Amino acid sequence: MNRRRANCRWPRLPAEMAGTAAAPAPVARMHSCPTFAPRLTDPMKLPNIARPWPAAIALLALLLHLPAAHAGRTLDQVRQRAQLVCGVSTGVIGFSSADSQGRWNGLDVDVCRAIAAAVLNDPNKVKYVPLNAQQRFTALQSGEVDLLSRNTTWTLTRDASLGLHFTAITYYDGQGFLVPKKLKLTSAKQLKNAEICVQSGTTTEKNLSDYFKAQGIKIKPVVFEKFEASIKAFFSGRCQAYTTDASALAFIRSKEAPRPDDYLILPELISKEPLGPVVRRGDDEWFAIVKWVIFALIEAEEYGVTQANLEQMKASADPAIQRLLGSAEDSGKLLGLERDWAARAVKAVGNYGEIFQRNVGSASPLKLPRGVNALWNKGGLMYAPPIR
Amino acid sequence: MQGRRRRELAIQALLAAALLAALWWLLDVTAANMAERGIRSGFDFLKEPAGFAIGESLLPFDSADSTLWALAAGLANTLRVTLPAIVISTLLGTLIGLGRLSPNLLLRGLCIAYVETLRNVPLLLQLLAWYFVVTDLLPLASEALQLAPHVFLSKSGLSLPWVGGDGGLFDLPLRGEMGIAGGAALTPEFLTLLLGLSLYTAAYVAETVRAGIQAVPRGQSDAALALGLTRVQLFRLVLLPQALRSIIPPLTNQQLSLTKNASLAVAIGYPDLVSVANTTLNQTGRAAECIALIMAVYLILSLLTAWLSAWLERRTGRWAERS
Repeated sequence: MNRRRANCRWPRLPAEMAGTAAAPAPVARMHSCPTFAPRLTDPMKLPNIARPWPAAIALLALLLHLPAAHAGRTLDQVRQRAQLVCGVSTGVIGFSSADSQGRWNGLDVDVCRAIAAAVLNDPNKVKYVPLNAQQRFTALQSGEVDLLSRNTTWTLTRDASLGLHFTAITYYDGQGFLVPKKLKLTSAKQLKNAEICVQSGTTTEKNLSDYFKAQGIKIKPVVFEKFEASIKAFFSGRCQAYTTDASALAFIRSKEAPRPDDYLILPELISKEPLGPVVRRGDDEWFAIVKWVIFALIEAEEYGVTQANLEQMKASADPAIQRLLGSAEDSGKLLGLERDWAARAVKAVGNYGEIFQRNVGSASPLKLPRGVNALWNKGGLMYAPPIR
Repeated sequence: MQGRRRRELAIQALLAAALLAALWWLLDVTAANMAERGIRSGFDFLKEPAGFAIGESLLPFDSADSTLWALAAGLANTLRVTLPAIVISTLLGTLIGLGRLSPNLLLRGLCIAYVETLRNVPLLLQLLAWYFVVTDLLPLASEALQLAPHVFLSKSGLSLPWVGGDGGLFDLPLRGEMGIAGGAALTPEFLTLLLGLSLYTAAYVAETVRAGIQAVPRGQSDAALALGLTRVQLFRLVLLPQALRSIIPPLTNQQLSLTKNASLAVAIGYPDLVSVANTTLNQTGRAAECIALIMAVYLILSLLTAWLSAWLERRTGRWAERS
């Protein structure tokens, strides 16, 4: 037993194993030393280096250089492992959250599913990696995820200095305030000297400071790391207002408030929060694929192509629909995908309007109005460049 | 002998050089990888305006000030809570540690119960529990309790008159539309963190003190009592001086943990260094730099504490020899 422990204390270096002829069945022993073991399960294939130090350094060098070597084509990697790795939030109802069975759903999740359907012909071949606000960009930069679909605001700093590309906007949000009715407030401009509860790790804190500075009003933010703590503090009366994106305020008021009628959402939206998926720089093909799958979902809504009528629509006489669904021209070829890439995406999750209704709109607990997220020809901002 | 010593020195120098080279190489690879992916790196963001506000700050801070100043304000907030917590936990812990050795059964029992309860519940849970109890119990800011002229207690904390401010020599807290305006406030976040850290660490300090006193050979107290010393004299002149030597090193460890535990402030909304650095990380996206800064600051704080403890140890050593 003692000997076994002693072996566990340090990772077995390749040279030690190759050099010691009497090394007794290393693989069997590995199971009792789980920490470092898995990398060295096959001693036959390891290099025969006489001394342990150079071997250790070589191994380390290999490990450290691995990330640099893989900055190749994301599409090939996704196809090779037959799985899309999607970075999502740790839980934002309506956008990305896991249910009691661990199934992920939401608007951001449906974007991942649509891309998996277009690329791999199976919307379920997605691995979801929940990331908090601090982790998200590093996870994408280091290649841990292929795509970040996690209600992330498109800003200049993020787009220009983090080695990332924002692809397309899937939700136009804005920051608002939730206040107790008891304070008889009608405008955010009355929040002089107020303490405002806010969750850290978003653009929220900066917007808050910018807005009130421009108004010449002093406020005190009370910043919490966790969503639950920030909500609990607000509803226990610690702060006179709570601020976050308007899409979340409606949910917080209806689901988290002890009595929803005691609270109201102020009319002002103090910021623009265009949310959308993000990819790494340096892979223009993958950038194009993510961008155009989203455009295809929006375009499908514009032409009335739904999950239900998809098959009939394939026979449509409208050339635009034929191009979208691949029954005439092959637009997939240009993206490196199959002919029916867009049809697969719509079949998996429906068009943009259906995604919206199901996750955040009238068919969801959030009941958010379409508002600016309606199509451009219905008074909103959703506009996709033409697929042709 | 000389040759052997020289050889040992040479080996150590070589190892140190290898370590430094490895470290440099690691940084180099990281920087190269980041550059290759178009990720901006460096500490230039420290000079840029922070752009966010800090709820409470010992240092005067405005969102137009530099990010470096924001981090300094965060560090000042960390120290503002750790320094008093170190003093309170040491005093309280010593009393409880002595209480555990008391011949009085009730006192001893209470002290044991205190130590076992606080030591065995995770600090994060304690902080959250204290915080939500405090914020639930206190009256709303608009219905603040007036304890004395210009002293108010509410969910916004304890508001006190303070020197300075816009209006003249004194800044007096007054009832406003949004609760209490003006004056200096000890917020519930600050009070909870101070209370939570002090009570939790005191339990560990108590055990350290008890162990230190019990480590003094029994013959010493027997001899002291035989000489006719009172219990107070026994503690002051015989036990404590000898016990201190074994108490100080583990006590330093406890206070080091306290400093590091203060970073749990983010959970209850107190703007300490980690909270400010987290916000900075999010605004700028410079993850590696912000984490490195946090690490460097905590390393310096820890080294300072360790150095202070070594100095104290030398002093008490001398004191013990004299008495």
